[in-house]
Amino acid sequence: MEFDTVIKALPFLLEGLGITLYVSAMGTLGGSVIGIIICVLRWTRVPVLVWLAAVYISYFRGVPLLVQLLLFYNFLPYAGIDLSPLVAAICALGMVGGAYIAEILRGALAAIPKGQVEAGLALGFAPLSIWQRLLLPQMLRLSMPAITNELIMLVKASSLVSVVGLAEITRVSQTFAASTYRPMEFYLAAGAFYLITNLVLSFCSSLLERKLARK
Amino acid sequence: MEFATFISYTPAILHGLWITLASWIIASVGGVLLGLGIALLQRSSSLTVRMAVRAYVDALRCLPLLVMIFIVYAGGPSIGLMLDPLSAGILVLIVHGSAYFAEIFRGGFSAVPKGQIEAAHSLAMTPFAILRRVTLPGALTAAAPALINMIINVCKETALLSIITVADLTFEVQKMAIETFASFESILTLALGYWLLIEIFSRLGQRAERHINQHLNMKRSA
Repeated sequence: MEFDTVIKALPFLLEGLGITLYVSAMGTLGGSVIGIIICVLRWTRVPVLVWLAAVYISYFRGVPLLVQLLLFYNFLPYAGIDLSPLVAAICALGMVGGAYIAEILRGALAAIPKGQVEAGLALGFAPLSIWQRLLLPQMLRLSMPAITNELIMLVKASSLVSVVGLAEITRVSQTFAASTYRPMEFYLAAGAFYLITNLVLSFCSSLLERKLARK
Repeated sequence: MEFATFISYTPAILHGLWITLASWIIASVGGVLLGLGIALLQRSSSLTVRMAVRAYVDALRCLPLLVMIFIVYAGGPSIGLMLDPLSAGILVLIVHGSAYFAEIFRGGFSAVPKGQIEAAHSLAMTPFAILRRVTLPGALTAAAPALINMIINVCKETALLSIITVADLTFEVQKMAIETFASFESILTLALGYWLLIEIFSRLGQRAERHINQHLNMKRSA
């Protein structure tokens, strides 16, 4: 094995890694927003909204990510929507992340004592401010470690975006593997980058968990 | 678009479904067995073995499945590992899954009360008998929900094999999508098909879970 070629291509690989991180971080952010919306939908107890939330979660957790991405990328031109590959990737990852984050937040919501909401209502808080000032801050704090784990999932999932053309790290390695005839070296390098990224993230996650547990 | 055109793809798609189901079953069984072996190694008294196993599990759980598939399928030949796409794909699914299954079994093992194992020891049961009659049944019941969930995950993961030209369900439908110029409709049908498949299996899984729990409740009330 020769790693000289890999070292020469390092700037491009790092650029790809940057895109991977950016897409996954933005996806997690978007996913958190979607997750919160789904939680609110379920909280309203309006049957149609609850059903919508359930269908959303069931679809995004039930269909293979690759198929979801293929469908999404075929749907955009079909509906006449023009998105850059980067934005499309963030949307796709955000939508799937949202389904998982909604489940994480559901757990956090269940952990908040009901008496708090009742107390809020008794004090004349509007439902919106109950969410904004009481439920959301606690939910997000409680689910921080799990959301960091979701970020790790999305870093791994973002490798699939390479299939539809975004130049993130898997795609960059693929291009180099094909043009230099050194597939083993480049894919191992990509693997090493994922490994380091995710080990750091999972360290952060356990750090967060410990910090929150102490309080 | 002629409806008959789509009908002519039925045999290919059914064959793709068969490949998807077959690779799912092989990868699940292989992953569960390898994962169980790894979880047992993790209980070894040797610190070196435990650390090596921990490193294996942690590293594999950090790697995207697609990159692993590329390393083995595209990179393999340069170290003399020549595999056809299907074998390479199933091999990677087994190895990748084993890390997750090992973690699930580890959780299951830690749920077995220590007192039960001590009791078995004091009854002079051999280590193998303890494993077979005390630890494993307890661990399996405790780990059942996560185990079922992961097995269903493996089904979704098999879709990635289509990227290295395994003619599974995703591959065949994509081929049809390209050849008929009806890509959106074809992929939509594919997504709905997978959704139905996974939904059916998760319902079955929930039923199995309830069955296992029922058996536990009966034991407790008796």
